[in-house]
Amino acid sequence: MILSGNPPRGKLLTALLILVVVVLALAPFLFPGSKPANVAAKICVFALLVASYDLLLGYAGIVSFAHTMFFGIGAYGIAITLYALGPSWGAMALGLGAAVVVAAVFALAIGLFSLRVQTIFFAMVTLAVASAFAVLASQLSWLTGGEDGRTFRVPEVLRPGFRLIENGPFGITISGRTLSYYLVFCSVVVLFLVMLRIVESPFGRVLQAIRENPFRAEALGYRIIYHRTLANVLAAVFAACAGALNALWLRYTGPDTSLSFNIMIDILLIVVIGGMGTLYGAIIGAALFVLAENYLQTLMGAAFGALNASGAGFVANFFNPDRWLLWLGILFIFSVYFFPTGIVGKLRAEPKS
Amino acid sequence: MSVSLETRDLTIRFGGHVAVDHVSCVFRPGELTAIVGPNGAGKTTYFNLISGQLRASEGQVLLDGADITAESAPLRARRGLGRAFQLTNLFPNLTVAENVRLAVQAKSGAHYDMLRPWSLRRDLIARADEILESVALESRRAHTAAALSHGDQRKLEVALMMALEPRVYMFDEPTAGMSVDEAPIVLDLIARLKQDASKIILLVEHKMDVVRSLADRIMVLTNGACVADGEPAAVIASPVVQEAYLGIAPKEKGNAA
Repeated sequence: MILSGNPPRGKLLTALLILVVVVLALAPFLFPGSKPANVAAKICVFALLVASYDLLLGYAGIVSFAHTMFFGIGAYGIAITLYALGPSWGAMALGLGAAVVVAAVFALAIGLFSLRVQTIFFAMVTLAVASAFAVLASQLSWLTGGEDGRTFRVPEVLRPGFRLIENGPFGITISGRTLSYYLVFCSVVVLFLVMLRIVESPFGRVLQAIRENPFRAEALGYRIIYHRTLANVLAAVFAACAGALNALWLRYTGPDTSLSFNIMIDILLIVVIGGMGTLYGAIIGAALFVLAENYLQTLMGAAFGALNASGAGFVANFFNPDRWLLWLGILFIFSVYFFPTGIVGKLRAEPKS
Repeated sequence: MSVSLETRDLTIRFGGHVAVDHVSCVFRPGELTAIVGPNGAGKTTYFNLISGQLRASEGQVLLDGADITAESAPLRARRGLGRAFQLTNLFPNLTVAENVRLAVQAKSGAHYDMLRPWSLRRDLIARADEILESVALESRRAHTAAALSHGDQRKLEVALMMALEPRVYMFDEPTAGMSVDEAPIVLDLIARLKQDASKIILLVEHKMDVVRSLADRIMVLTNGACVADGEPAAVIASPVVQEAYLGIAPKEKGNAA
């Protein structure tokens, strides 16, 4: 019921998902320190962001490049209100509410004006709008802080200095940072479950029908432009929530952390690696991607050191930590080559074949 | 409520080619009209103009007296124009049951229901199962539409239209490519629909034995124009039809086989 009648299917996949979720749930206690916390929070945020993109691409078959714009709207909504009104819960709620409304209105406008046209033209329109928005955000310095972005203070209980429990049982310390993490984690869990419910609803099925055969969906009486626009609005709202959570965690919003086109590329890679049209792919994909992004270099550093020490200088150079992006690229190529339907698609298909 | 459907001077041009040429016709409830004619005569195009997949260059389509010429296909479907396509036109990667449920859902009006899981809409699921049984596809329900045999896909195509419970049924060669065992299932279905005197049934069909056994009226299209229209016996006997269509029919059959 909580999964809305859409279980992951496949034993290995279920086990993998449970592992990821449990590790994320216990992350602050399993891995002390600020880097693991940042990695865990980023996995949560990207799982939500990519799932919202999957709603568009995987379910409704809409290719959009404006997803970072909605992510950015959420991030700037929080940043601007907390910066201007001070660190209160009211300002946070106002920022989130405003961001959600702005994102929904933008998505509605883009959808109604351009979802009538072919996929490729819609993709181009979103690209243009997103670029314009990114330029606008960096130019309106008085509002957004320009290229420097905005650093802001969060409500007291979320600050690193705050202690809910100091040296409690088992020497546990629950700081404001831990609470921030759980705010992010729990919000992502709830929003993810809402999305699962949406894709398993009658409306979600219509989206799939439109992706499969828009012509026939129309012949059945579905006005596909409205369904597509609604999917666009929903995805935008979820993306804005992801942006807001990311901003809260970073206590900073700038063009690089919220609007950069690199984030759009990351989203596309994760959704393809995880598996389109599955939602669960977003969790697996985000976990793998963010882990690789953060620890591949460390891993390679270790391999480089070991190989150098054993005298294999030439081979060792392949593992030079400076070349980590090359290896990340190779990993992507292989994963797309071997799992064209994504990791989740692959794990689901296994029992049949 | 009984239904009325009319086309007035319905015309469509593609560049210089007139695919449907000033076709005027009134279809009456309780009547099955077979639309026949050689390949390329404009039968499917005429259907597309009525159900809204194509917009007319000239002329009107009237449903219940209202001019629906400018309406989109989904709106016409909601008004009760049901269409089964000649080239199978399904949701290939969804299951057979999901295909039919989508049509049942369209009929029920639950287009934007996103807060309840599908599995709780037992009313829709039960109705879809009923329709699957009526076309003898219940054993295939968990297969994807793409995995079905050609004949089963044709049956599913018809099932999608049945699920819409339209007031005007438009069958476009429903038995084309079906095996000898499968065709009667669809033909029986059409015969049963005929018993409801409030519906209009339009049937594009090449097989003359099917046309003879089902049709109350035959309309002949040649080069987009209606060249004959009336009682089956009279139309088949008329010289213009003998020459324009039936005269070359045996040759056509030879080519097809």
